[in-house]
Amino acid sequence: MGKIKLKPKARKGVIGIKALIKHPMETGQRKKKGKLVPANHITHMTVSHNGNVVVDADIGATISKDPYFKFNVAGAKGDTIELTYKDNNGKTGSATAKSK
Amino acid sequence: MKRRLFLKSAMAGSAVATAVGAGLLTPTMVFANSADFKAVSDAAGASSAGAGKGSFKFKAPKIAENGAVVPMTVDASKMDGVTNISFFVVNNSTPLAASFNLSGAAAGYVSTRIKMGKTSPVEALVTAGGTTTKVAQEVKVTIGGCGG
Repeated sequence: MGKIKLKPKARKGVIGIKALIKHPMETGQRKKKGKLVPANHITHMTVSHNGNVVVDADIGATISKDPYFKFNVAGAKGDTIELTYKDNNGKTGSATAKSK
Repeated sequence: MKRRLFLKSAMAGSAVATAVGAGLLTPTMVFANSADFKAVSDAAGASSAGAGKGSFKFKAPKIAENGAVVPMTVDASKMDGVTNISFFVVNNSTPLAASFNLSGAAAGYVSTRIKMGKTSPVEALVTAGGTTTKVAQEVKVTIGGCGG
C-alpha cells in the first residue's frame, strides 16, 4: 500500500498532473462473508507546486479504488510537484516528481 | 426442562452480546473517522440546493456499466478565481465524493473516478469568486459499485 504514480507534464505553460495512488478505498459498508470490511480510505490529499499548496482536497470513500486524479497547474518544465495523502487510519504517503 | 431453558437463555444472551458488540463497535468507529467529512458533505449539500446553473464543462458518462469506476471531469479553466470543485452523487449514502480546494497556480480543472451505488444524478459544484454554481447530469449505473 501506498504506492503513488505521479506524472507531471508541462505543455504551453500548464503542467498537467496525473496521479494514481494505490489504495483499497474501503468504505466500511461492504460485507465479505457476512462481516463488515473495516473502512480504509484516503481522507485528505494535498498537491504542491514548488512548495506552494495548489490543491487541498477532502476525499470521501466514494472515490474509486486506486484513485486517479488529474489537475492542471500553471508552471513550466522542471518545476517540482509533490503529493501527500492521509487515510482514515492515520497512514500517510507522499511522492515528489519533477515536471517533464 | 430447566437445563434446556437455561441453555436457551444463555445462548440468546450471548447472541445479543455479540450483536451489540458488532453493532456498536464498527459503526461508531466508522462514524468517528468520517464525522468531519460528513459535515463537509452536509455543507456541500446545502450549497448545492441553492446553487445556480454553472457555465463550466462537466463530463461524465450517460451510462456507466461498472459503478465501481465512473470517470468524470470538471473543466472550469475558463472561469476566474475558482476556489473549490466538488463532486456530489445524490443517491449515494455519503453524497459528497470529494471536494478539491484549489489555490494559487491551480487551474479550474479536476478529473477523477468515483464509485456509484446506483443510478443517480451527479452534480459538479464549482465555487468561483465566492459564488457556487452547479451542473448536473444523470448517470445510469448497470452494476453498482458499493458492494451491492
